[in-house]
Amino acid sequence: MIKRVLILVVLSFFLFLFLSRVAGIDTPAQLTGVGAGYVDRSVEELNSPNVITAIVVTYRGIDTLGEVSVLFLAAAAISLLLRTTTKKNGEGGVEEKRSASEILTTGTDILVPVIMLFGIYIFLHGHLSPGGGFQGGAVVASAVLLLFLAYPGFRLRHGILAALESLSGTAYVVIAVLGLILASGFLDSRLMALGETGRIISAGTIPLVYTLIGLKVGTELAGIIDSLGGDR
Amino acid sequence: MMMTVLFVVISVVLLLAALLAVHMKSLLGAIIAAGVVSLFVSILFLILGAPDVAMTEAAIGAGLSMVIFLFALSRTAGRDADDD
Repeated sequence: MIKRVLILVVLSFFLFLFLSRVAGIDTPAQLTGVGAGYVDRSVEELNSPNVITAIVVTYRGIDTLGEVSVLFLAAAAISLLLRTTTKKNGEGGVEEKRSASEILTTGTDILVPVIMLFGIYIFLHGHLSPGGGFQGGAVVASAVLLLFLAYPGFRLRHGILAALESLSGTAYVVIAVLGLILASGFLDSRLMALGETGRIISAGTIPLVYTLIGLKVGTELAGIIDSLGGDR
Repeated sequence: MMMTVLFVVISVVLLLAALLAVHMKSLLGAIIAAGVVSLFVSILFLILGAPDVAMTEAAIGAGLSMVIFLFALSRTAGRDADDD
């Protein structure tokens, strides 16, 4: 009883702290400071109508590089941990699995190409419309997930996946360093022509970088799904 | 006005699904309830004007992480029931 009362007291104390902080926040009617700077300058400096992409890929590009490496570490750790424990079962386990229902397989056959195309569209148009490398990669990986659910014996070719992942990761860092040499800083996207606003090939290296991030995230998430659900 | 009603309805569904996810006896049901939370949060993000975040939440939260939980469930507790 006393325990519960104590918990209640502590919780209401935290609620009071939280609410007293939240009550002080008033949303400004206009952007100020850094935010206004990004919004004003992203189109004229980088030719990217999607301001979020300009921030994520160029102004704060090093954060994105960090996120990509965190995801890479997570994927590597998962495949390391789960591979070693499941190898002992041998190859005999594949035949035992139930095949999926006809509704699921037919739906998968129709939907997978569309979902893949949509994912590729999201990361190719990252500088023009909402979305980008992470979102597109996640959508591509969800198409792979659907394949796993519909076809229990489905296998990914790990050699190709690993090669694609490492190549796109390396190319990302190479582009970042090229920005340091040829343009004004690490991950500066202005080392290629900025082009005409609204075209796919415009905004310097932003579409290229987002395509690489999309490929990397897609292959990593697909690898995670494969090592989690593949050798059951 | 319309937006406020939608906002309130989504928030209520969100809270109910979150409570279900915590209190449900069946683990499968709890996972699905957590997926519903993610899906409705992504709609909320879309209404609040963050389509980028909404896309990530829908693909990762409602799609991938739910299936990862399902895989984990079928590898642990659900194994006997699953491999009949």
